[in-house]
Amino acid sequence: MTPTGTVTPTGTGTLHFLQGNEVCAEAAVYAGMRFYAGYPITPSTEIAERLAWRLPQVGGTCIQMEDEIGSLCSVIGASLTGLKGMTATSGPGYSLMQEAVGYAIMAEVPLVIVDVQRGGPSTGLPTHASQGDVMQVRWGTHGDHAIVCLSASTHQDLFEIMIRAFNVSETFRTPVVVLIDEIVGHMREPVRIPDAGEFELTERLLTSVPRDVDYHPYFPREDGRLPMSHFGGEHRYNVTGLYHDMWGFPSDDPRVTNDLIHHLMNKLENRKRDLTFTKEWYTDDAEIMLISYGASARSARHIMEDRRAVGMRMGLIELQTLWPFPGELVRERCRQANYVVVVEMNMGQIVHEVKTAVDRPERVFLANRVDGEMITPVDIKHLVRVIQGKGI
Amino acid sequence: MAVTDYLRRRFMPHIWCPGCGHGIVLNSLLRAIEKLELEKNDIVMISGIGCSARIQGYVDFHTMHTLHGRALAFATGIKMAWPLLKVIVPMGDGDALAIGGNHFIHAARRNIDVTAIIMNNSIYGMTGGQHSPLTPCGDQATTAPYGTVDSPFDVVRLASAAGASFIARTTTYHAREMTRLLAAAIEHRGFSVVEVLSQCPTYYGRKNDAGDAVAMMEGFRDGTVRIDRKTAETSDGDPGRLDGEAAGTPIGLFRREERPEYCEAYRRRVVEPAMAAGRGESETP
Repeated sequence: MTPTGTVTPTGTGTLHFLQGNEVCAEAAVYAGMRFYAGYPITPSTEIAERLAWRLPQVGGTCIQMEDEIGSLCSVIGASLTGLKGMTATSGPGYSLMQEAVGYAIMAEVPLVIVDVQRGGPSTGLPTHASQGDVMQVRWGTHGDHAIVCLSASTHQDLFEIMIRAFNVSETFRTPVVVLIDEIVGHMREPVRIPDAGEFELTERLLTSVPRDVDYHPYFPREDGRLPMSHFGGEHRYNVTGLYHDMWGFPSDDPRVTNDLIHHLMNKLENRKRDLTFTKEWYTDDAEIMLISYGASARSARHIMEDRRAVGMRMGLIELQTLWPFPGELVRERCRQANYVVVVEMNMGQIVHEVKTAVDRPERVFLANRVDGEMITPVDIKHLVRVIQGKGI
Repeated sequence: MAVTDYLRRRFMPHIWCPGCGHGIVLNSLLRAIEKLELEKNDIVMISGIGCSARIQGYVDFHTMHTLHGRALAFATGIKMAWPLLKVIVPMGDGDALAIGGNHFIHAARRNIDVTAIIMNNSIYGMTGGQHSPLTPCGDQATTAPYGTVDSPFDVVRLASAAGASFIARTTTYHAREMTRLLAAAIEHRGFSVVEVLSQCPTYYGRKNDAGDAVAMMEGFRDGTVRIDRKTAETSDGDPGRLDGEAAGTPIGLFRREERPEYCEAYRRRVVEPAMAAGRGESETP
């Protein structure tokens, strides 16, 4: 299958009618991504299809690897040489990538992974929607680590979130996961591709150390950032998944290992403010606060507007950053609410983070749906009526 | 440039056991690189996990120590992104052909310009002597106390069937031939495979009464038969087979052929037409 439609691919500033998966691809190209490796898996395959056609037009490289493991490994390699890199997959493929996710975290390699969620566990529901990978993204790879995960519910937002994902990955030398779902991935809606220069793009911070002068690839500056040197270029250094010193060579010196794990955690956890993206509706006076993300947030927004029209004080926080979880912001916004309803398509994943964050966890409820169908505004309305003691 | 200039001498002594063959491979490899007069900055060495993978820490090139079995996948990304680099991937037998077997056959199929060195000591050394996909059937290992039941791969035949365009086999006994073969492999444009039979006296040798390192290397001398390319090409298209094969394990250069290299083919067949036709403004197909 080839990409369809009659869009002009670099038709910036004009409206296009695209699938969410195609938006991921176009936004990545806009953000400067020039290396993609992937393996076919529903419901993310259109990203690879679009990029196989699209990347060579701008001098980029797209390769179909032998599996998801090889896909992420080759993206890590390409990224180290200086290209912005990306892969895309769905739950089962993302499971296979977990070891390499840890490598990218440890070796501090900037890259973006798009996970278009399907129903799980196992091969699950390939062509249906779910949001069951939230905790896999947080804890999928072994060992202590921090991770950045962004999400979006509309295609215009998705375009911007993809750009932010690349900017965050380059700024912090870290993998960033863009977590969408089958609905956002396969749905078509109008998208305006921004003009060149409309969004600021973060380019790689390169070292100013000249050739033949000792360069420390893993020695953070005062602001915590580590200037890179294109692997294979002027400076020879070592890259490893083992605990390592500032030259990148393995070390099990307790001071080195302790400093490194704290650096890897702190560089993200201490910068939550810079990493927190949300959209908010009526959070100043909401008595019932909805919290959602991805496709579920579309239904939440719908019922919120519907209930507002009949005078109910309902508000909505759409989380565009899932990890690191913006707990302080959630606590602040929910302080006045009588009830907090977390809307997600899983057995309850972000709801636990919300309960941990707020002052009164007993007032946090889960509105979910796990049958592969999209949670509807009516589903949410029913739950709110039950909470209020009104019956369905 | 002297061979020792290619070494990161501050990391010596190395971690390999007394009698291990991997140091001989390092020696021959550096002499091959010296012979080719390559600059240190031109070479990228990507390794996976295991005793063999540690070779990467001792050489003063661009070096990367990756995940078990995945070195060729990392190397594919690096080579595609920067095709001018010389990419060398040293692997052990378990690393390359058990956990990394899939990446191995696909790298061979693509004919990407990477040199794969398989340091075959028939055992997992780093973890203490478990059987590998190259352990001969019936041999002893810590996970095969009654002898292995599995049959081993033949690396030459496997690489041949998968499409590698340069295939050689040698041993640590034939160190100077190893240098020549490795130099030819690095120079070759395409996926090159050099299998090196290497001795592990600590685990394989001890478990299988193969004697000390010297005895094991004498075994490589006496148990191998040199093949020349002409003989290989006449044997029914099966480059691993010799007439009267019982004579011993065939060693030498089995294949060297010109086939389109992957990065070059991608640039010529995909990138150039796409950029020329599209200029980024064409309609989608």
